[in-house]
Amino acid sequence: MATLELLGFGQNGWGALLLVATLMTLAVTATALLIGAVLGTVVATAKLSGNMLLVGLGNVYTTVFRGVPELLIIYLIYFGGSSAVTAVGQWLGYEGFLGLPSFAAGALAVGIISGSYQAEVYRGAYLAIAKGELEAASAIGMNRMLRLRRVVMPQVLRYAIPGLGNVWQLTLKDSALISVTGLAELMRTSQVAAGSTRQYFLFYIVGGVLYLLLTSFSDRLFNRAERRANRSMPAAAMGQA
Amino acid sequence: MDIAFLSSAMVTLLKAVPMTLLLFSLSVFFGGLLALVIVTMRVSGNRLLSGFAKGYIFVFRGSPLLIQMFLVFYGLGQFGVIRYSFLWPFLREPVVCAVLSLALCTAGYSAEIFRSGIRAVSPKEIEAARAIGMSGFLLVRRIIAPIAFRHALPAYSTEIVLMMKSTALASLVTVWEVTGVAQRLISQTYRTMEVFLCAALIYLVLNFLILQGMALLEYSLSKHRRAAPPSAVKA
Repeated sequence: MATLELLGFGQNGWGALLLVATLMTLAVTATALLIGAVLGTVVATAKLSGNMLLVGLGNVYTTVFRGVPELLIIYLIYFGGSSAVTAVGQWLGYEGFLGLPSFAAGALAVGIISGSYQAEVYRGAYLAIAKGELEAASAIGMNRMLRLRRVVMPQVLRYAIPGLGNVWQLTLKDSALISVTGLAELMRTSQVAAGSTRQYFLFYIVGGVLYLLLTSFSDRLFNRAERRANRSMPAAAMGQA
Repeated sequence: MDIAFLSSAMVTLLKAVPMTLLLFSLSVFFGGLLALVIVTMRVSGNRLLSGFAKGYIFVFRGSPLLIQMFLVFYGLGQFGVIRYSFLWPFLREPVVCAVLSLALCTAGYSAEIFRSGIRAVSPKEIEAARAIGMSGFLLVRRIIAPIAFRHALPAYSTEIVLMMKSTALASLVTVWEVTGVAQRLISQTYRTMEVFLCAALIYLVLNFLILQGMALLEYSLSKHRRAAPPSAVKA
């Protein structure tokens, strides 16, 4: 039962490391999703603003970061960020190379990509709000902030849940690419385990199964959230759910 | 901006474009064929076949492409059965492994896209075809496939843009395509921004061309849906 020992929690087992790595993948994905939520909101607001310059900038952002390979963007942030940090260090009088922490660089890079997808999700969700509701809110004297808080935000969140579920899955799978920065997340740990035990097939299968668990479990969670958010809607409006 | 450096980086990167295009076209071709097989199984009505197709789609859509690629590249060579078989001279090549894993992965995504296209075919059209005596392969070839393909085209063009981006991962199994060459340039020169701009421009142009091509295909496939131009309408 050498296989069980390799995957177990004993002295030669990789079980504990794989478990920690899975949590690391979740942590870096969640951080990236949050960064993406902030960027996505800003970009969606810019694209909806009607100002030509802002709309153009928003379009450039979503086109570039959805059209360029994820790996290239991670290289840009990781290597580019490190040289920027080194330059700042030299300016402050520190000699030598300063690296960007791999967690921060990875989460930022994947967050930027996630943001470009989230921007489109939020924009679509905003456009799905019935015009009459916005007019009604203004008619009874709500100002912009109040209308945003009471009418726009709750509905944008509701309409955005299915799209956000897709973005979460995408971000989870993109997070595997952060392994190139050396962060010990699930992909990287599977690689190290595979290399040092020479059991490539076994550890990549186990890594893959752990990713499948994460994606299918979170898929279920998002479905439940969608049903809960739509509980006040008539069944027909929920589509196939 | 250092124009001399930018242009030399661009020339170096452009030399890697044929490899990216090779990876892209082979994996879209084989992935598309495999997707047709999977979607046929999925809608066959046979429990065993559709169960297998469901499992396939779940596995390949639910795990990252990188781990699938490493599994093929590093994992397969571990088995003597494969190592001593006639397949080994092929499976030893990084390009073959990259194309194999890209095709396997895109087949899962494309099968779902094709299935939604098939579901969009109106039952009335199938009934009409049956009423005039079409069945089996003729029904698929003349009625279901053309309509389903037209419905699936917008989502499918998104998928093949994703494929173009996914070819970047082949650099991690030692295939020298655009992203791999860009990474090498960055680590040689430490000029991240310039190299990134050149590589990004290449990918954006390639993706733009793909989307234009697909839009053209969609346009030519939906002739019957467009209103006739006013000049052609005779009173």
